[in-house]
Parts: sequence; structure tokens; C-alpha cells
Amino acid sequence: MSSILIQNGTILDPSQKLQQRADLLIDEGKIAGIGLNLGSADRVIDASGCFVTPGLIDIHVHFREPGDEEEETIASGAAAAVAGGFTTVCCMPNTKPPLDNEGQIEFVFREAQRIGLANVFPVGAITKGREGKELAEIGSMIQRGAIALSDDGVGIADASVMRKTLQYAKMFDACIMQHCEEPTLGGGAMHSGIVSTSLGLSGIPAEAEQLMISRDLLLNRTIGCRYHVQHISTAWSVELIRRAKRDRQTVTAEVSPHHLLLTDENCRGYDTNFKMNPPLRTAADVAACIEGIKDGTIDCLATDHAPHRAEEKELEFADAPMGIIGLECALALYIKALGEPGHIDWMKLIELMSTRPAQIVKLNRGTLAKGAAADVTVIDPNQSWKIDAGKFKSRSRNCPFQGWGVKGRARTTIVGGELKG
Amino acid sequence: MTAADATTRPFAWTRKHLLSLESLSAEELEFILDSAQSFREVSTRSIKKVPALRGRVVVNAFFEDSTRTRTSFSLAASRLSADIIDFSEKGSSVSKGETLVDTARNIEAMGVDVIVLRHRAAGAAEVLSRAVTCSVVNAGDGAHEHPTQGLLDLYTIRERFGKIAGLKVAIVGDIANSRVARSNLWGLKKLGAEVIFVGPPTLLPRAFESLGARCVHDFDSVVAEVDVINMLRVQFERIASSQFPSVREFTRLFGLHSERFARCKKDVFVMHPGPMNRGIEIASTIADGPNSGILTQVTNGLAVRMAVLYLVTGAAQ
Repeated sequence: MSSILIQNGTILDPSQKLQQRADLLIDEGKIAGIGLNLGSADRVIDASGCFVTPGLIDIHVHFREPGDEEEETIASGAAAAVAGGFTTVCCMPNTKPPLDNEGQIEFVFREAQRIGLANVFPVGAITKGREGKELAEIGSMIQRGAIALSDDGVGIADASVMRKTLQYAKMFDACIMQHCEEPTLGGGAMHSGIVSTSLGLSGIPAEAEQLMISRDLLLNRTIGCRYHVQHISTAWSVELIRRAKRDRQTVTAEVSPHHLLLTDENCRGYDTNFKMNPPLRTAADVAACIEGIKDGTIDCLATDHAPHRAEEKELEFADAPMGIIGLECALALYIKALGEPGHIDWMKLIELMSTRPAQIVKLNRGTLAKGAAADVTVIDPNQSWKIDAGKFKSRSRNCPFQGWGVKGRARTTIVGGELKG
Repeated sequence: MTAADATTRPFAWTRKHLLSLESLSAEELEFILDSAQSFREVSTRSIKKVPALRGRVVVNAFFEDSTRTRTSFSLAASRLSADIIDFSEKGSSVSKGETLVDTARNIEAMGVDVIVLRHRAAGAAEVLSRAVTCSVVNAGDGAHEHPTQGLLDLYTIRERFGKIAGLKVAIVGDIANSRVARSNLWGLKKLGAEVIFVGPPTLLPRAFESLGARCVHDFDSVVAEVDVINMLRVQFERIASSQFPSVREFTRLFGLHSERFARCKKDVFVMHPGPMNRGIEIASTIADGPNSGILTQVTNGLAVRMAVLYLVTGAAQ
């Protein structure tokens, strides 16, 4: 394995609170040192004007394999990840069939290893068939390396099943990731509000999300399982988590780029690239999510990268599937939503995109500490570019940010000491 | 500029599609109504046909059951001397593996000038208008809009009162799921009427207040002050989804029966987009009585649809 020297960049490592002009040496797939005059290497990368950060981590992606390989495969998804600066992703289990047993978990690991681009860690389903009724073999999946558990796409509707989930997962100190949506209030096409009323589309009220978060926090109060709220989208959800954290509950939360940049107003025109679940909410919800990031209520950023075929997205708004792709433009969008308006600095951004997500799923990554796996992203903060989904490595093109002018891009992605993108 | 200049300045219709009333200006609405007035006269002739759309093809693409709207559009196109093709297909495009856009492009490839679209999905007409090069007329898209129904209601009210501005119009029933209510709201507001929505909170979301309607849950509190009452059709399937408990209770609270009607203004104008549930949302004596404009609405619908077809094809030239 060859050594790599990254020169002339600014090292940015939230795990060590480090921000300094220095070189970074990688050897034998590990971080070998940070400093000046680190000697020679097989390969030298000039990072002038760039940040050198721990590899970006996205704990919420959908790679559609097995089952919907025409939308995305582990190979195309991993390629999209490294193109966007991500060295590690956690893929959700709502494949066909779902990742609800150790064999399926093993399949994802083997396939990711064969491809050899990004680190891909599978999230196992909580219940068999993601049906919300019987617990899947959580222990066996964890032992085989499942990074967390989730029925993402739907929440666990039954309170008794959810209580057992939290109790059982606690035995393995496993992280339960919940898609918070009370199904009897959900099921609509967009956020329930003035815009849905005007467009004549069925709504998903904010309470659908808030109700399940409230219930889960209550159930988990005495259990103390590691509970993670996926793709938070409403102001009151943020407040619920803020209060729970004040009460020292074991809860973490993520937010997606579209919930920081778009609102339900974008659904006017019935463009299905603005249809996702949770739906785009109001400007007040966006502001609350940003506030939640600033004060630490929201722990990390995650794309909810959800590829869908163009034919499906061409359906009528009410019938089209929910979700958008995100891996290849997420960094620039976070910069636009959080960095450019001055809400957070670069150190905080990388913490939200690497160090904290690694901690949430207990990965020994998200750091440039000596001896750590050499997952490194070199980011050019000044590169201006135009988002063109047609050029993405992803197999799908469902991107509502098509044509946006953005600034900041991953220039080099190194995974395990090897140059991948 | 003087007022005289403004009235004599020729108004040029530029829209190729009719998708919603929300997107139209007051001037455009008035222009359609004025055009409809000249077509209304055609119906009174012994030969009820003009050659305006001779050689043009109008396709009625109905993906949802509708007898009267389709018949009205067919007759309107026929009186303009257009060729009419009926294309009906029930069921969703999801189930047949072809999208609406696919279907419409196929229809268009046969060389049509106007697609009149009725579809159960909100936004279907707008999405279609972006995908084809011919004109698209929205004949009802989900709970979104039914612009020609809105226009014929405006026309009928204007014909009755000689104006729209300053009138108080109550629209009663299942507002949440009604495209007729939405098109009426936009049209009436733009032309200066006050719109009062009446229904239970389960069928009348508060968000309508932000869209400019006065929302009322007690029908009796407004019956004496309104000039027009537009009764919507009761959808029985809403009982199963618990949006109201029973037909009997709905009729008691929101039906237009003789006792409630007795408290209305003497010249109150009663409308209904049809088909009616007689004895449920409206009593037969009222529907068939002197205050009813229900059949006039149907007659005017023809004139309004002739005007719409004429205008959109002219703009597409």
C-alpha cells in the first residue's frame, strides 16, 4: 500500500479541535502524522487553498440493492458517495427483500468490499420484513456488523413493538434509528398547510412526526436505548429533542439538506422532485432546524439519498414516490444553508458531517488522529459550480437542486489510504 | 390615461391553456365571461353552430367518471364545428404502467389541438401542459381546481345580479375535497365578492382563511346575509373516514332545507354544481324553485366552455 502526502492544505479535525496549516501523511492505510517536513511519499497531493478533513460520513442513504438496481446499486451509490466527498455511508434496509437477516447484512459488506470505493455499513431492519410486527434477528445482524437498526421508510407504529425494540436493542447497545411518522396521520403527498390546501393535495401534518417522537422519547425515558431521530423536519420536533436532551435522555437527531433549503412553497407547480418524506415544511420549520443545529440539539447532517427512476417521478404528484438523491451535492448545499449565511463555521460543519455521525453509530472514524483509518476528504471551499444531476455517478436523477449555482466541492476523497475520487 | 382609454384599449388573450382560476387576472376572467356572453347567443339560434374551430380537433381525455362535464365540452366543441374525440380511461396510470404524460403524448401525436383533461390527481393538467405542445383545458384535477365550473358559476351570478363585486357568496359542504370550491374562491375573490365557506372543521381546514375565505361552521349564522348559496355535493365515502358522522346529521347542520331557506334573503340565489343528492344537501322544493339557478348553470356552462375552447385555440395559433 502506497503512502500519500497531502501538502499545503489547512487541516480541519473536529475530533482534535485542530485547525492549522500543515501537511498530512498517510501510510499503510492509516493516518501517519500531521505537521511539516513529514518526509517523502509515493504520491503527493497539493491541497493549496483547501481544507483537509476527516472523510465525510452519511448515516442515511438508500442504495436500492437488492431489488431496485435500476435506481441505484451499492456500486453506483458508493461511486456517488466518493464523488461527493463521502468516505463512509450507512445504507438503509428498505431494499427488496429488506435487510432483515444476517445473510443480507453479509451481502452488503461483501458487495461493498468487492467494489472497493466507499465504506458501506448496512443498517438492519428492526422488524421482519419491515412489517412492524415481529422483531428481526437484531442480535445476529449486530454480530455480523449491522451498524444500526431501522425500519426507515416507515416508523414502528405499534407502541408495544417499539417498547420491545428499545428494550431488546439496549442489550446490544445498538442504535435505533426511527423514521418518525404516525401512519394514521401521515400518508399524504406533502406538508399539510396553506400550500397543500391551495394545491388540493393531501397533507402530512407536522403532528405525524411530533407524535411519534414524543411517544418514543416517553417509552425510552426509562429504557435508555440509543435512540436516533432520522430526517427531522418540524420546529416542534426540534423542541421535543431539545427538552429531552436537557433531561439527559439518550437521543440524537439528523437533518437533511432539503429541510434546510426548501419549503412547501416549492411544491407549487407539482414538480415531484420536491416530494419527499418527511415533506418539505414551512420557513419557520427550516429556521427551527437551523437553530437546532446551532445550539447542538441536532447532532448531524444526513442526506436521505433516495434514488428513484425518472418514469416513477413522472407520475402525478400524489402517486410519485417520495425522495431525492443527495450525495453528490450535499456538501455544497450544507455550505449554502449553514456556512454562507454564517450560522456555523467550517469546524462545526465538518463535525456535523463526519465526527458526530461517526460517534452516533460508534465508528472509529471521523478523525485524523494518528493511527486512525485514513479516510480523508480534501475540500476546495472556493470552487463555484453548477449542480447538474445529469453528470452524477448515481443511477438516478431525481434532484430538486438541478441548475443551482453553489460553492465548495470535494476535490479528493481518500478511503483507507487509497485515492477513490 | 382616462377611464375611456382603458375601456377602449383592446384586450389581447394570450393564454394557450386554461389550468386554474388562481393563475388568471380579474381582466382575464372578465374577458372570458364577456366572450361567453356572445357564445350564449349562439344557443338561441335555430342553427346552433358557428365555424370558429372548423378543422380543429378537441380530445376529451377523461380519466375519471363525468357525464355532464364531458357532455358539455363535447357539445361546446361541436357547436364550434371542431372534431371531437372521446378518450376515457378509468384507473390510475400507475396500474397500467404508462404515465399520464405518456398517454397524452400519444394522443397529441395523432394531431390534436386541445386536450380537455379530467383527472383524479391534483396538478395533472399543469404537469400535462408542460409536456405537450397543444392546448390543455383543465376539466377538473383532483381536489385542486375545476376552472370551467368556476367560470360558469361566475357567469351565472353575474347574469343574475348584473355584477359580482360586493356580493356575499356562501359555499357549503365538503370544502376540503372540492375543486369547485377552490375555483370559485379564486374567481369570486378576484372579481370582488366575499366568499364564505361553510362546513364542519373536518371538511373545512383553517388554512382556507389564509387563502382569503371567511370560514364558518354554523350555517345558520350566515344564511340571512348571503346573496348566493352554492351547495356542494355530499360525498358519502367521507362518513367512512369519519369526516362527519352521518348523512342525517350533515343534513341537519349543513343542508339547505325549507326551514333554513325561510331565513334567507328573499332573492337569494341558490346554486349547485351537480349532480345533486336531493333531500340531503338540498331540498327538492328549493332546487326546483324560483330561487334556483341550477339549470341555468348547466346552460351557461356550454357558453363558457365554447368561449374557453375558442380562446385557447386562438392563443395557440
